[in-house]
Amino acid sequence: MQIKDLFSKKKYATIPSERPKRDIPEGLMNKCSKCGTIQYSKELDKNLKVCSSCGHHYRLSAWERIGMTLDDGRLFEYDAEMESVDPMEFPGYKGKLEQQRQKNPSLREAVVTGEGTINGHPVVVAVMSFDFFSGSMGSVVGEKITRAIEAAHEKKLPLLIFSTSGGARMQESILSLMQMAKTSAALSMFQGAGGLFISVFTDPTMGGVSASFASLGDYNLAEPGALVGFAGRIVIEQTIRQKLPDNFQTAEFNMQHGQLDLVVHRKDMKVTIGKLLDMHTVREGLSHGG
Amino acid sequence: MAAEQMLPFEKPISDLREKIATLKTLAENNGMDFSEEIARLEEKCKAMEEELYNEMTPAQKMHIARLHQRPTSLDFIQAVFTDFMELHGDRLFADDLAIVGGLAKLNGLPVTVIGHQRGKDTKDNIARFFGSPHPEGFRKALRLMQQANKFNRPIITFIDTKGAYPGNTAEERGQSEAIARNLREMAGFGVPIVCIVIGEGGSGGALALGVGNRVLMLENAIYSAISPNGAASILWKDATKADIAAEAMKITAKDLLEFEVIEDIVEEPQGGAHRDLAFTAERLKEKLWKHLVELLPMTPEQLIEDRYHKFRKIGQFRMAEAASQETPQASQESDAPEMTESAKV
Ligand SMILES: [Zn+2]
Repeated sequence: MQIKDLFSKKKYATIPSERPKRDIPEGLMNKCSKCGTIQYSKELDKNLKVCSSCGHHYRLSAWERIGMTLDDGRLFEYDAEMESVDPMEFPGYKGKLEQQRQKNPSLREAVVTGEGTINGHPVVVAVMSFDFFSGSMGSVVGEKITRAIEAAHEKKLPLLIFSTSGGARMQESILSLMQMAKTSAALSMFQGAGGLFISVFTDPTMGGVSASFASLGDYNLAEPGALVGFAGRIVIEQTIRQKLPDNFQTAEFNMQHGQLDLVVHRKDMKVTIGKLLDMHTVREGLSHGG
Repeated sequence: MAAEQMLPFEKPISDLREKIATLKTLAENNGMDFSEEIARLEEKCKAMEEELYNEMTPAQKMHIARLHQRPTSLDFIQAVFTDFMELHGDRLFADDLAIVGGLAKLNGLPVTVIGHQRGKDTKDNIARFFGSPHPEGFRKALRLMQQANKFNRPIITFIDTKGAYPGNTAEERGQSEAIARNLREMAGFGVPIVCIVIGEGGSGGALALGVGNRVLMLENAIYSAISPNGAASILWKDATKADIAAEAMKITAKDLLEFEVIEDIVEEPQGGAHRDLAFTAERLKEKLWKHLVELLPMTPEQLIEDRYHKFRKIGQFRMAEAASQETPQASQESDAPEMTESAKV
């Protein structure tokens, strides 16, 4: 499919540049952290990085997720060049950022944003990556998410966010906390105007990300087994002086307690999102898909 | 003064005060004249106080912000407003006493006031979860704010919490969702919102009452994404290094004013708000009114826009020079993933 065909129905103020995908040397084997089963990487990849033995969903980097979710794995990336600074002159932050960038050559920060299509439906997407700085939210993550929300608003497109995060970026202190308010305020505008937001929790989504945009989907989905919560298990166990059950804060636990619409297996994720998008294309309004 | 809790860094001053008191007693009991010595020591004490309190470190402010006898939301509500009528409950589950709220008048103007509430003693603290709300607390706050929005009343919030309560039942009832919803809904209210950080503003539990057109801080209050203790235990695996973390984290009112996270600072008496509640309340009331008067003429749309702009501009980043302008070459096959072991949290 040609790019211009893909977007021929839409008008764009700017055409974001498409980012080439990276070539990653193949590892040979993977060992499941849940059940210990060893699998060939190729087999695991074919299985969308889900353990064939126990169903454990391995964590994905942002680009892997994009490859699985968007049509032809194509993303027209926004703000690819945006990167973090060290506003607090926090001890060790610059070095840590540099180390994270070197560890993840395809990522400049913990979120990738842009637009693409899912089963032909144009969407604005933001995909977080736990492998970059534990997916923590600092100024860049907050700004990119906010810009993605604003883009969806302006272009009258649905918004899809895959979250994964350890929480606030401590090294940016108060500025990272304020990203929670910034992203949520942007959602207030977008959703208030009728915009559709589908939020997908992936493993793990905790703290400041869980307690801001990620929980504000019109539809809140999660992958099986994904850890979702505000406070960490250890802190809670210390506070209440009790051992918590094994399934505490898992997606299934959260659904049981009324916090999620659906837990969706990775193999069904794209189709589920596609169905939701389709459900919103028939009515008039901002989230009109075509 | 003797009944007050003294912080370690205040010890030289309290020692000196004790010495002065002893001399005075001695003079009285023995009819001796120490007036010269007493005057000299009092002079010295004053100089020491000025030096200490004018140049307080972030860690010292943190200790003052956390003082047990520091005025709480209810103290300020009683001192700043009239006709306070407390309202209870979230209409869903419970009445979380870690949050108080209700109606009151400010210079005759009806407003909605809401605040985190620490306990005054151990029993009270247990009932109030040390000022750390459960979801029902945030939802109670939201209900009162929605009520204020409906009846076109300004909203005043007092922020004073170490953070949302870290408990299993809080998680089960949607702690994240409750905080997130408050952030979004506060952004959308068409009435003026002024927030004041009066003690410790910790994390999302603080911010859940903090999406205001104006955010003020008491001079010795602190506000941060993670408590200095938490940061220290992550950074150095040692929570007792909180003082060192406090220095690095930029948590004081002065820092936050520079980062344009807050709009104004409310002066405290020397040594902290607990030394003189009436003085602090008076300053707070002046500043609060000043900001409210600026907001009152604005339309709901303007207020929403003003609030959006306030938070929209927060954050620092840069655009890398060598922006990735490589030729588009989307590959058709999916990426081969790295060899990874998915880690447990
Ligand atoms: Zn397995």
